[in-house]
Amino acid sequence: MHSEKQKHDFEPKIIAFVCTWCTYAGADLAGTSRMQYPANVRVLKFPCTGRIDPVFILKAFQQGADGVLVSGCHPGDCHYIAGNFHARRRFAAFRKLLEFVGVDLERLQFSWVSAAEGGKWVEVVSDLTEKVRNMGPMTEFKELALEEQWSGAINTAELKEAYNEI
Amino acid sequence: MSRIGVFICHCGENISRTVDVERVAAQVAKLPGVAFSTDYKYMCSDPGQNLLKKTIQEQKLSHIVVAACSPRMHEKTFRKAVEAAGLNPFLCEMANIREHCSWVHEDKQEATLKAIEIVGMMVERVKKNRVLPTITVPVTKRALIIGGGIAGIQAALDIADCGHEVILVEREPSIGGHMAQLSETFPTLDCSQCIMTPKMVDVINHPKIKLYSYSEIELVEGYIGNFQVTIRRKARSVIEDKCTGCGVCMEKCPVKKIPNKFDCNLGMRPAIYVPFPQAVPNTPVIDRENCIKFKTGKCGLCQKVCGPGAVDYEQEDTLIVEAVGAIVVATGFDLYNITEKPKGSPIKGYGEFGHGKIPDVIDGMTFERLASASGPTGGKILRPSDGKEPKQIVFIQCIGSRAREKGISYCSKVCCMYTAKHTMLYHHKVHDGQAYVFFMDARTPGKSYDEFWRRSIEEEEAVYIRGMVSRLYQKGDKIVVMGSDIAVGVQVEIEADMVVLATAVQPQKGAELLAQKLGISYDKYNFYSEAHAKLRPVECATAGIYLAGACQGPKDIPETVSQASAAAAKVMTLLSKDKLEREPIVARVKESTCVGCFACKKVCAYGAVEEKEIRDRQGNLIKVVAYVNPGVCGGCGTCQATCPSKSVELDGYTDEQIVAMIEAL
Repeated sequence: MHSEKQKHDFEPKIIAFVCTWCTYAGADLAGTSRMQYPANVRVLKFPCTGRIDPVFILKAFQQGADGVLVSGCHPGDCHYIAGNFHARRRFAAFRKLLEFVGVDLERLQFSWVSAAEGGKWVEVVSDLTEKVRNMGPMTEFKELALEEQWSGAINTAELKEAYNEI
Repeated sequence: MSRIGVFICHCGENISRTVDVERVAAQVAKLPGVAFSTDYKYMCSDPGQNLLKKTIQEQKLSHIVVAACSPRMHEKTFRKAVEAAGLNPFLCEMANIREHCSWVHEDKQEATLKAIEIVGMMVERVKKNRVLPTITVPVTKRALIIGGGIAGIQAALDIADCGHEVILVEREPSIGGHMAQLSETFPTLDCSQCIMTPKMVDVINHPKIKLYSYSEIELVEGYIGNFQVTIRRKARSVIEDKCTGCGVCMEKCPVKKIPNKFDCNLGMRPAIYVPFPQAVPNTPVIDRENCIKFKTGKCGLCQKVCGPGAVDYEQEDTLIVEAVGAIVVATGFDLYNITEKPKGSPIKGYGEFGHGKIPDVIDGMTFERLASASGPTGGKILRPSDGKEPKQIVFIQCIGSRAREKGISYCSKVCCMYTAKHTMLYHHKVHDGQAYVFFMDARTPGKSYDEFWRRSIEEEEAVYIRGMVSRLYQKGDKIVVMGSDIAVGVQVEIEADMVVLATAVQPQKGAELLAQKLGISYDKYNFYSEAHAKLRPVECATAGIYLAGACQGPKDIPETVSQASAAAAKVMTLLSKDKLEREPIVARVKESTCVGCFACKKVCAYGAVEEKEIRDRQGNLIKVVAYVNPGVCGGCGTCQATCPSKSVELDGYTDEQIVAMIEAL
């Protein structure tokens, strides 16, 4: 159980958007069962996957997430009757869009983890962390953010000079 | 400017063992807006809560973050404390640094950094929290009980005795459930019928209980205090109000040889039948699959002989809607049919025991029917194959249970005790017979249980062999049982006349479908999940729904009855109130930007979105916008993620709050 921890050159940042009834409770169960998994994941709780706006996923990537996990109740088990079905449809379309703009879809994972599946939560988080770790940092959005910064703020010598001349 | 207070809990050592709580407190103190931060051994304890209240007042705190366990555990506790200190409870958030951090990581450095980030995230979130008003809703003072076994009956009687109306729904033609099938019960050897049937009669005679037998739950809508339940009353083909229960129809029915499920298919029944003579209600039902009238259109004998004219071949299923405030789920169990290997299930079946092929290999419930005085043999232990009395009988325990490799890892809890009971019943009825039991462990915790088990060995001469059986096969009219005795380390071969398998207890078939209708969660075996294993063992995570009996996990009768009474007490607490406070996590429409596309209305699973007309002072219609009825809104937020103009917001989960959290990372 106390295996020697491997050191990695790169530790990815994973953001998980989960529903409170199934996956959040599943992650709680992993905790009460004292299961171990990589510390890379940060969990954001939503009432339902139906509440998760695709914009949040973009925002997460933009803020430097290397991987995003969206997880809720199994189809048919939604606490809110059908929220997860709406989420599923929404993300099916959203994935196409992400693919079109050139985001590697391997960085974004959808899964169903029920309140009783502590083990599955550990598996999903560990697998995604490992996968993203091997893929390396997500740079696309960061470069874009840098570009925005360059054009918008006066923080380079050239720009300062240009502004002073005006 | 917000003055945020952050309180970090050690949870004894549960958090502080892997998270450096002092460092977390020092780090978050530097965050903008944080006015106070501290750590404390047990935040949820009385001194911990007092510290919270005192500090709020002394430091004039505006928002609170408690970094401790899961909000599913103590969010209510801390919000209540915050409210007592004069703040709106929804200005308090919990950062989960136990279940999601200290318990799942070993590296102190890593866990501490993660904890700092989690707390930081919640600090940013809480800044955007708004004061939310509590919403009060009325309570319908009636309860629905699903399942008419001992659990459902006990809960129904308790609630009804308290003066509330109860709707009891049972799928089968009669209430009674599995307990009505049992012969005698451990550890007292009370006759099951003698203690069960009076309770069944109490149910039917109770002025506050409305019994829908032969009925199923079709649809459940609403929320705590205000459920609308649609019940399908299956066509009985007999009008309950007219039938006197005289039984002439059953005598005259020409189809007589239909295996009776109640007797585990050992006895026979006619096509118009009551499952057993003490059935409640004592109203027959026509089994349309086997009735000549329904198959060929001829016969009609039962209608002709029925004095009161109760037989009605034209009857159809009817749907009834009942309003209730609370629901108790008591759907019970089923025995594992080891010959089945359900598709897509990890359960693998047990071909090696010949169940279903060798007629004298039976399960525990079938033995109950053989031993029951009201059973098909009148209480004589006789082999199903030739009706002879078995002189050597082998009981095998843990069939299916505690067998991870076969798909079920749990202990079925009742089999050790009922097998001990079976050996006694056998010994009482077949004096010159010998009972053998193959067992892994004898698990007999419970009042007078171990004494009972010892008695089966010491006084009733059962031979217990520690070890499992590898194979069974038929040899002439004997069944050869090959097993091992691991205590002695030898192979054992017994030529038995009959073999009884203690097969695993499973939830009822289709348990998951009912759970989906109710919106409650269940585990991988389809047992229903309680809200908290220790502190909320009879409540579902879904408010207003409670659990009783074996639908939640294997249980014996005393435990089932206790849980049923506990669930009833919970229901009575709920129904004692006229109004109920509900969480104000509901969607709200910003009318100024709503364009009235009603995409929200289409996705709303609750039908909470209405159309609202906006008119000027002259009464001219300006536009139609969406309006969310806060009493009906479930609070899922699907509308918000769908709205193209971002005009609907779910309180407590606004875009602002979520983006603040993402940006904190």
